[in-house]
Amino acid sequence: MYLTSGAEARVRLEGTTIIKERVPKRYRLIELDNRIRKERTRAEARLLSEARRAGIPTPVIYDVDNYEIKMQYIDGTALKHVINDKLSEKLGELVGKLHMAEIIHGDLTTSNLMLFNNKIYMIDFGLGFINSGAEARGVDIHVLFQTFISSHQDHEALSNSFCKGYRQVFAEADEVIERVKQIEKRGRYA
Amino acid sequence: MKGTVLGIEGTAWNLSAAIVNEKEVVAEVTDTYRPATGGIHPREAAQHHAKYASYVVKKVLKESKEKGIDPQEIDAISFSQGPGLGACLRTVATAARMLAISLDKPLIGVNHCLAHIEVGRWMTPATDPVTLYVSGANSQVLAYRRGKYRVFGETLDIGLGNAFDKFARNAGISHPGGPKIEELARNSTNYVPLPYVVKGMDFSFSGLSTAASEALKKHSLEDVCYSLQETAFAMVVEVTERALAHTGKNEVLLGGGVGANMRLREMLDIMCDERGASFYVPEKRFMGDNGAMIAYLGLLMHDCGNAIKIGDSHVDPNFRPDDVIVNWINEVSVEDKDVPY
Repeated sequence: MYLTSGAEARVRLEGTTIIKERVPKRYRLIELDNRIRKERTRAEARLLSEARRAGIPTPVIYDVDNYEIKMQYIDGTALKHVINDKLSEKLGELVGKLHMAEIIHGDLTTSNLMLFNNKIYMIDFGLGFINSGAEARGVDIHVLFQTFISSHQDHEALSNSFCKGYRQVFAEADEVIERVKQIEKRGRYA
Repeated sequence: MKGTVLGIEGTAWNLSAAIVNEKEVVAEVTDTYRPATGGIHPREAAQHHAKYASYVVKKVLKESKEKGIDPQEIDAISFSQGPGLGACLRTVATAARMLAISLDKPLIGVNHCLAHIEVGRWMTPATDPVTLYVSGANSQVLAYRRGKYRVFGETLDIGLGNAFDKFARNAGISHPGGPKIEELARNSTNYVPLPYVVKGMDFSFSGLSTAASEALKKHSLEDVCYSLQETAFAMVVEVTERALAHTGKNEVLLGGGVGANMRLREMLDIMCDERGASFYVPEKRFMGDNGAMIAYLGLLMHDCGNAIKIGDSHVDPNFRPDDVIVNWINEVSVEDKDVPY
């Protein structure tokens, strides 16, 4: 059973295991295509474990093949259905920890965050990378705020709660939040 | 939409004036700056434009008069306000202002990137595409959403054409490098690994260009040209595909001078075929920089009351397409799909 099929990967569920497979692209030269899919699969698995080590709940990895990651199925509720001020503050703390570990998620939407066993899990690090700059961190948060705006009535309160949690754990928070405001003004990434 | 607009393009090496109405390109006259050696020298390019501006304008007016359109029938003057080389932009803006004053017509400042998209929508069946715009200086993936053309991905450093030109210069190939690289690449099927840099939705070419130049020490020119093309084009096609998936749109439009490359077209065609999307390429004369696209977007903007005062017509070398409020697209005809963000 395929859960999702994006531009880059297909995700299927086998029992309680998720298998994320990067699909070949016929437009790309085969050796280039294989290399990219292999590199990205490895990078994603590495980010998932590093985030976990930094204290962020992520799916447990069972196995990494050339183009496939086998991992724990987080059978929770997407945060977009349940988000409130309290959860948003908690999320701010988690993203603060993630950024402190110099990890950028790259696609922080409320669909890529799951509430499971009373904990917020981060899934899909497919666009993630290592970076410690205010710009990358700012864009990471900007993407999240965009999902607040597009799908939640009280998005300002959610953003404020998020910033509260983010500031609590992360010393460089103010610089990043200032950058988020600048990025908003540029009006791209929307 | 009704009217006739004279537009002038001159952001880089191509100086081009055109007269366009809602039916057709009535006349177009182009004069290209061609450096004796090396690439585009901004000052020399601007001097070229200053020297030939009156020539292209006079000639385009004469040609359109022969087709029965008098200069007084022109409704507005449009020009490339940016992005582009500052000196070139200022020269062309001066010519456009002078023309607007002497003919007593409204002046319209056009974003060059958006002109590429709009001429493509005019000249192909594309209605609401994801546009891959790749030229010497610009490389962007754009699509319309809620009153603006959004930039979904773009180069973090230099344009794709510029990356090819830099490599070409190091390899002893004369400017512009693209067509010769394409020709040499046809003689190879031997891929040399080169850095493939896609970061989120953006791409970067400067490292790739340097790595390709370095690879010449160990590999044949044909092999490196082949590998450079395969790598750079795969990067932009990947981001174009992501933008399709993200926006839910089902058309791809190609624009910009690099769009002349047949291998790039083939890769986009395969990608669109796999996704069930339609792929559109305008006629070659509307791919590179041309006056017709500036006149045509001028026409669309004039129709919606977007004229500017002479005093507000300063150029912007870094003019972003997503800074322009797009009031000439009818939301009803262009379906704005509801995507999560």
